[in-house]
Amino acid sequence: MFKRIVSTLVAGLMAAALAVPAASAYELVMPSFDYRTGPYAPNGIPFANGYHDYLMMLNERDGGIEGVPVKLVQCETAYNTKQGVECYEKVKDTDPSRALVVQPLSTGITYQLIPKASVDEIPVHSMGYGRTSAANGKVFPWIFNFPATYWDQAAVFVKYIGEKEGGMENLKGKKIALVYHNSAYGKEPIRTLEKAAEKFGFEFMPLAVDHPGQEQKATWLQIRKEQPDWVMMWGWGVMNQVAIKEAASIRFPMDRFLGVWWSGSENDVLPAGDGANGYLSGAFHAPGDNFPVHDDIKKYVYDNGKALGERDRIGEVLYNRGLIAAVYATEAIRNAMKMHNTKEVTPAMVRDGMEALDLTEARLTELGLPDFTIPVKITCDNHAGPRKVAIQQWDASAKKWSMVTDFYDTMNDIVDPLIEEDSAAYAAENNIKPRDCN
Amino acid sequence: MFYREAGQFKTDYASDQALFPIAQDRWFVLAVLFVAVAVVPFFVDDYWANAITLPFLIYALAAIGLNLLTGYCGQVSLGTGGFMAVGAFSTFKLTTAFPELNFIVVILLSGAITAGVGVLFGIPSLRIKGFYLAVATLAAQFFLVWLFNKVDWFLNYSPTGQISMPPREIFGILITGPRAAPEAKYLFCLIFIGIFALLAKNLVRGRVGRSWMAIRDMDIAAELIGIRPLEAKLTAFAVSSFYVGMAGSLYFGVWLGAAEPIEAFGIEQSFLVLFMIIVGGLGSILGSFLGAAFITLMPILMKNFMVDGLQLAVVTAKHIEITMLGVLIIFFLIVEPHGFARLWQIAKEKLRLWPFPH
Repeated sequence: MFKRIVSTLVAGLMAAALAVPAASAYELVMPSFDYRTGPYAPNGIPFANGYHDYLMMLNERDGGIEGVPVKLVQCETAYNTKQGVECYEKVKDTDPSRALVVQPLSTGITYQLIPKASVDEIPVHSMGYGRTSAANGKVFPWIFNFPATYWDQAAVFVKYIGEKEGGMENLKGKKIALVYHNSAYGKEPIRTLEKAAEKFGFEFMPLAVDHPGQEQKATWLQIRKEQPDWVMMWGWGVMNQVAIKEAASIRFPMDRFLGVWWSGSENDVLPAGDGANGYLSGAFHAPGDNFPVHDDIKKYVYDNGKALGERDRIGEVLYNRGLIAAVYATEAIRNAMKMHNTKEVTPAMVRDGMEALDLTEARLTELGLPDFTIPVKITCDNHAGPRKVAIQQWDASAKKWSMVTDFYDTMNDIVDPLIEEDSAAYAAENNIKPRDCN
Repeated sequence: MFYREAGQFKTDYASDQALFPIAQDRWFVLAVLFVAVAVVPFFVDDYWANAITLPFLIYALAAIGLNLLTGYCGQVSLGTGGFMAVGAFSTFKLTTAFPELNFIVVILLSGAITAGVGVLFGIPSLRIKGFYLAVATLAAQFFLVWLFNKVDWFLNYSPTGQISMPPREIFGILITGPRAAPEAKYLFCLIFIGIFALLAKNLVRGRVGRSWMAIRDMDIAAELIGIRPLEAKLTAFAVSSFYVGMAGSLYFGVWLGAAEPIEAFGIEQSFLVLFMIIVGGLGSILGSFLGAAFITLMPILMKNFMVDGLQLAVVTAKHIEITMLGVLIIFFLIVEPHGFARLWQIAKEKLRLWPFPH
């Protein structure tokens, strides 16, 4: 290890000394906000690897996007808001194109960047996290959170529970607990679930877990005492593993334990062993490494020694999520190139490209991702896209996630008014006049 | 040879009691101030403001606050994060409830509210000392953060527990919010911190500061010579919390613009500020600045050097950075247990003799 560090140091010094200014060809700057350190690293690493590998694969295979190479700028945030802000300020004006799209991978950092990026005119894609009401493109022109929001997911979970209970009317009198990370992220679904509880008559029981989430004995003792019929979880990092282990130790039935899609990766369930069998989580894309794009990644990235991760972890849930994040970003850039008829795109053009994104199944198949996820179509007023969520389940003996349901639609009657209300509040607070989308 | 008191004659009491009796010191401080006010603003961009100068200035203010309490009055506090939260939430509530109120007034009022809360949590210091007091202030830290997270009124019923700062201007210049110019934010904080550092420096030279130091050095002796511990300790808590509250207010309002209680004001904040004053020097205003500079700027400096300079992988750089910061803290504390301020003092002693040390 020491030798490696020394050799990298020496190599780095030499590289710095010998670095010649590169030819002034245009490059597409794509920052990657990683966290490979800290209590959230187990989840941050596979995501960062997926993002990195897809972009590297494009560079190696096609020479970038439409022939323009991608310049991936990594920055370590440690899932810490202040370090995230430092990263953003550092990468945003990177030459030559400025940061084309920022993916903070943290709800806290997203909240920081929403006002800043809107002023700096850099699009932010908080893919399935961040501020839910950013779905309203009229108020948040620079922020995107497709393919679905936390509120959609909470609504879908209620739908799934209703289905399993034999109809929505059977939800009356049931008790549903929410174990959540005590932060902006974890609190996102509460209001939706409260509304749903009002409508369907179930009892809603929120249980907070403080950062970083290693201590949950009291929470699960309470669950044991109160005996909720279902438990949902909004967790991240070590919190997930601990919760699933605790649930297993109080013998809570795993097929009644539903995690948000950030609480449903291999890292989260493996530590609990067989106890985690049957655990459910939200999903918007398939797990596994059996897609054509993975073969290309292995061939162009791993065989060339350009990879940062391990070959046998390709296709993990969060790896694929990083990959699809990169796909959305690169397709938006491609779109921008087409729309503005130039290869030297700017962040503002990428925003236009993202807003006109129409990722069909045919295009996904072309990209090597057949049946991987749902088609996404973004419009001026809808920045959250299809807003559909599926459920996946963990099979502990095969050590595999698999999709067990189709994609559910959200409950528009509950979620839409909430989005409208919250985005209107934001607009009023910040003197934003919602733009006209017609 | 040049840097010494000898030969610099004072003809009146005012100049004898000046803050910097040695002319060279005075020029140096004035030169630094001149550069900070007149030169730096031309070079400050978003990165320099948001990642470097604002954190440094705001943490320096918090460190001065804690130093008044811990360094000058000897009362250990682990409640800094909680008190910063009081300042931030006061700012948020005041500025959203009274949008017309001048932002400077909001900051001062936030400081005053924090001072009140600080006095309340300072009451146990009359009974308990040292580690026991540290635990009592730790309770303040956890209680305050829990309170702000729990009671929706403090958050203006925000569904996610995030508070965000609306744009505010002073004399027509935007100071907060994303549209504020980096140089405006920088200058605003600089002027604020400059004034209050000067006040603190004068405060600790006067009667109040001396009574704090007497309590710190030996409270029974201090009582015997007529210093009332109640008054001395509670004023220390009040003034310290006032500073920390203003720092929290600037931290939330000017620097971050949005915050959630647990992450922004957690126990890590308290430790961070405590490390600053320990590394910088207990009982020294200059030390507060040096400590804040070390703790906030060193990681960024190391990161930029390793990632941009040496082209190291980002994650390797981060690991080295974490390790190096720890090693450097230990190294400096072994070399000089009294912190950077003492190093500076030693340098000045040496300078007086230079170049003829005998």
